[in-house]
Amino acid sequence: MIRFDNISKRYPEGRDALQGVSFHLPAGAMAFLTGHSGAGKSTLLKLIALLERATRGQLFLDGENLTRTGKRKVPLVRRKIGMIFQNYRLLFDRTVFDNVALPLVIAGHRHQDIARRVRAALDKVGLLDKERALPITLSGGEQQRVGIARAVVNKPPLLLADEPTGNLDPELSRDIMRLFEEFNRVGVTVLIASHDLDLIARMGHPQLRLHQGRLLNPEVLAPPQ
Amino acid sequence: MRPPAALRVYFLRHVQVALNSLGRLYRAPLASLMTAAVIGIALALPSGLYILTDNLQRLGSQWDGGANLSLFLRHDVSIEQAEALREKLAQWPEIERLRLITPQEALAEFRQLSGFGDTLDILDENPLPAVLALKPAAEATRPEAAAALKQRLQALPQVELAQLDLQWVKRFNALVDIVQRAIWILSALLALAVLLITGNTIRLEIQNRREEIEITKLIGATGAFIRRPFLYSGLWYGFGGALLAALLLALAFVQLNAPVRELAGLYESSFRLHLLEPGQWLLLLLCGALLGLVGAWIAVSRHLATIEPG
Ligand SMILES: Nc1ncnc2c1ncn2[C@@H]1O[C@H](COP(=O)(O)OP(=O)(O)OP(=O)(O)O)[C@@H](O)[C@H]1O
Ligand SMILES: [Mg+2]
Repeated sequence: MIRFDNISKRYPEGRDALQGVSFHLPAGAMAFLTGHSGAGKSTLLKLIALLERATRGQLFLDGENLTRTGKRKVPLVRRKIGMIFQNYRLLFDRTVFDNVALPLVIAGHRHQDIARRVRAALDKVGLLDKERALPITLSGGEQQRVGIARAVVNKPPLLLADEPTGNLDPELSRDIMRLFEEFNRVGVTVLIASHDLDLIARMGHPQLRLHQGRLLNPEVLAPPQ
Repeated sequence: MRPPAALRVYFLRHVQVALNSLGRLYRAPLASLMTAAVIGIALALPSGLYILTDNLQRLGSQWDGGANLSLFLRHDVSIEQAEALREKLAQWPEIERLRLITPQEALAEFRQLSGFGDTLDILDENPLPAVLALKPAAEATRPEAAAALKQRLQALPQVELAQLDLQWVKRFNALVDIVQRAIWILSALLALAVLLITGNTIRLEIQNRREEIEITKLIGATGAFIRRPFLYSGLWYGFGGALLAALLLALAFVQLNAPVRELAGLYESSFRLHLLEPGQWLLLLLCGALLGLVGAWIAVSRHLATIEPG
């Protein structure tokens, strides 16, 4: 699903955020991305969603070489990815329903189709009764679940989450992580950046450990030779 | 034939975005109305001036003294020959009206107007020639056409002198010409103003919705998807402005119509104020909408590209 081939990323002003990172996350797998603050976790996820471009190396998503993807093709790549953010990034002047519907509206789905899929996604995250609510009236955990519903509503093959439990209490964090496992069980590839080490350790999925832009354990998800 | 499903969906989505944009303007009625009003005034000004000159031109062509030609006949042309010439010229399509003034009539007129009265009796011979006073048909009143007509008449053997009384028409047409040029320049400047107004309004809207633009880009929205609502906003601003301009013109018309009728009545003229043809109203609305769209397009292409999620 995702293959990093000796990827390096240097921001215009600053040192290398990633250096020679190589790994392969097979389709249907679930993995965590860990490391200290500033290790390069967010940068790695942004490269996959083409929010940043690699300085060196090759990056493949679903067989497509993303280092060669032109500007006009970027939206199509992003539609294959469900992104979840630590700060939710919801539209606060739209209802929960409209927020979750956004990826479907962008992709040009039919009206009836949209209503059905949005309700299914909201049902999965347990917010079916909040579809008319504005995000501002929801708790942090509920907002995060709206973000997750939005990420999965168009059934993307890949879910990327950047510290999805950063602001949540332990119990809520566990619920959210279980939700990700559920999606993974039905075939979605999942990659989650997190520094909730205790929680991650208990779940037992492979971990990519970053330290100052380098992968500490390249053997865990080594690319096939 | 039913359009293919993809095309129908595409069309439906456009209608949806257009209505959404309209709804967004409706939810901020005061701000939207202000922008539309500024555009409306900018459009009403040149349109109103155009209507004014159009009416002046209609008035000018109605004016009896438009362009007059006087043919002074040779002394050796008899009354009968003059009458025959009059009948011949009456067949010409370029000539609308024609009157023969015999030497006797001319003398009587002169006597009456000059007050020389008895003094003229001393003359044993009438020194005045017969005159054909003619008015060119409407197509021949323009200066060049009238001059050409004069040339042809001058060439007639019976004619001593053909005199064209053109000064008034020339001046009038030249004046209208200048005013119309000025209106074109004004129109261009005000069109630019409309572009700037919509451009600036759309720029502010883009800034206000920056977060939304970033998020939709993040989820995979194409450039066209993000541009569309702003382009429709611009279109609506321009269209609304044109509607207001039409309203302003109609109001001005109502204010001016009665006094103009009254004045025309005093001069026993059938002159009526003339507003716009249906096609011209349509053109006004179209121009407004188009200017709004282009203004939005400029703002969108300058400011949307700079917003990238990060
Ligand atoms: N837009 C940017 N411009 C310049 N430098 C950046 C930019 N974004 C990140 N960096 C730098 O790149 C390095 C990696 O940042 P990144 O955000 O990937 O870390 P992270 O592992 O996500 O950290 P955190 O856990 O705090 O979110 C840091 O040194 C950071 O300062
Ligand atoms: Mg980060």
